[in-house]
Amino acid sequence: MDVGDGAVIDRGGLDALIAGLRSTGFRTMGPVARNGAIVLGEVARSGGLPLGWRDRQEPGRYRLEQNQGPELFHWAVGPASWKSEFFSPEEVLWRTPTSDGHVTLAEPDEPARPIAIIGARPCEVTALGVLDRVLMGGKVPDNRYAARRADAFLLVVECGTPAGTCFCTSMGTGPSAGTGYDLALTELVEVEHRFYAQVGSATGAEVLAGVPHRPVTTDDRSARQAVLARAEAQMGHSLDTEGLPGLLARNLEHPRWQEVAERCLSCGNCTLVCPTCFCSDIKDVSDIAGAVERQRRWASCFDLEHSYLHGGPVRPTTASRYRQWLTHKLSTWWDQFGESGCVGCGRCIAWCPVGIDLTEEAAAIRATDGAVAAGEGRIS
Amino acid sequence: MTTRTESSSDTAALLGPLTPELYRIVGRRVETGDVVTLSLEPPGGRTSSAFSHGQFNMITAFGVGEVAISISSAPGAPGPIEHSVRDVGAVTHALCVAPIGATVGVRGPFGTNWGIDDLEDGADVVVVAGGIGLAPLRGAVRDLIDRMRAGRGEVFVVVGARSPEQILFAEDIEEWRRSGAHVIVTVDVGAPGWEGPVGVVTSLLAGAPFDPVRSVALTCGPEIMMRFAARALADRGVDPLRIRVSLERNMQCAIGLCGHCQLGPLLVCRDGPIVPFGGMADRLFMERQR
Repeated sequence: MDVGDGAVIDRGGLDALIAGLRSTGFRTMGPVARNGAIVLGEVARSGGLPLGWRDRQEPGRYRLEQNQGPELFHWAVGPASWKSEFFSPEEVLWRTPTSDGHVTLAEPDEPARPIAIIGARPCEVTALGVLDRVLMGGKVPDNRYAARRADAFLLVVECGTPAGTCFCTSMGTGPSAGTGYDLALTELVEVEHRFYAQVGSATGAEVLAGVPHRPVTTDDRSARQAVLARAEAQMGHSLDTEGLPGLLARNLEHPRWQEVAERCLSCGNCTLVCPTCFCSDIKDVSDIAGAVERQRRWASCFDLEHSYLHGGPVRPTTASRYRQWLTHKLSTWWDQFGESGCVGCGRCIAWCPVGIDLTEEAAAIRATDGAVAAGEGRIS
Repeated sequence: MTTRTESSSDTAALLGPLTPELYRIVGRRVETGDVVTLSLEPPGGRTSSAFSHGQFNMITAFGVGEVAISISSAPGAPGPIEHSVRDVGAVTHALCVAPIGATVGVRGPFGTNWGIDDLEDGADVVVVAGGIGLAPLRGAVRDLIDRMRAGRGEVFVVVGARSPEQILFAEDIEEWRRSGAHVIVTVDVGAPGWEGPVGVVTSLLAGAPFDPVRSVALTCGPEIMMRFAARALADRGVDPLRIRVSLERNMQCAIGLCGHCQLGPLLVCRDGPIVPFGGMADRLFMERQR
């Protein structure tokens, strides 16, 4: 079996696939329904996946519903993204294990077991690629992130049921799988519950060849196309990306920044659920005996301290911080890394406590391109 | 567990880019009321990492934290590497009071440089510095004076300080004068015995006797000072693309990973701190709160 080849497996085949990955030393992680949301957890068999669950998402709203169907992947995305498995929410960079008057720096060891992701979404695989360019594409890569990524196995599941907040078709990141995965599955439920599998890497080919499978038929192909076409038609949101980086770059004094700042709580939820947000704080923590730990934690550009210089923060107002977040995602990410920082997963829309919708904000600026705030509405 | 100790650097290649090298403070000079210059050396006779004019290091005061400090000595100069630290926060305070013999962490060097090694012969160089902004220019001025002695271009230095007792590197400034550089020092507020000019650096640029057409300008100081100085230089006829400014933003990783130093299209640690005024800083200086 080669890259690009396909086969069909059933749920037993998926169980065999998970078991096979576990027997070769992988920690198999996947989406699980827990505490009313699809979150990430260890998955030892297909039954641990969100069987029969579907999500309903709108600006500021996320709910799970049971529909008793046979589907494992009848939902879009939960609040947690796979970013956290490679770029830890908090980790120790080094510590001084002794305090005998001499400084010794020790880096913690990496966990020995690599991760296999069972069921990332196409937009999430794109997001990992975006993060790769940031965290390991520059002159000095993040060695921990790079090591975790290099060893990982990525099984992507194409999207059949986008949420009301999804706009991957606008961003070119879904609902079908692009590149960057080992295996892609499409869940098909009509006539028989099965998965259309496509090989994305040599490892993926090996894994698929090792589980019970059958050749792809014309019916399987058209069933997959029908799933993807339905998903595209159901896409809840859209974003007009035509000239978007330039549009935002020339509207830094648009009155909309002040208007959205009156709704924005500056809570940072959007940055925590975003699969590409990469900001981190580096802090030293010491104990009473003199041992020191340097820690790295996810940070948010909505925090006042994020832009702190001696004398005060550079971005003291919510308007300036919201402007930083939106223009970074959709405009200056292009300057910095040559691509969009947004993959259209819609998490920031659903998990914003006041339902701020970045597609709506961008559209509002486009609708009044060139408007300039006066007086107190100005940021500068 | 991978470790680094003061006596061994054998494991250096195995450690991540966010783990500092261990250096020792071998010299400490109080420059002004709130600025101390630290001389740092790696223990065991190892040499410091090579750097260029205007680059910075991340310095750790163990148990307190890490900050970006520009290198205030000249590349290739004999002896330890120097950093001039202004006491403005917890980490800089810990560094300013650290005794000789203390161990500090050093990561670097990082960032773009002043580009003085690439200057064409005949180009004059105008250096404009405000306050601690003179630190990353000190090594450059030293080497520009050597270049001047070789007949490759004049050196004009305009330094601004808040008051006469806050003038940084006073001995160096005298040395630069004796060496034939054109040096003007101005203060915001005078004091008894001060006979030099009082006022902002920009007012002195209009009359300084450099040839703008042949000049390259290097400026570092408070953002508002750089904004007005760069504009005054451009008004005098210096090509905005040949005016270089050194930007400052919150810096935590210095290798483009942490996101704190974003300034519009730039990651200042990666794309700066030194950037051209023309086509870049001129616009960014106008976009406040960015």
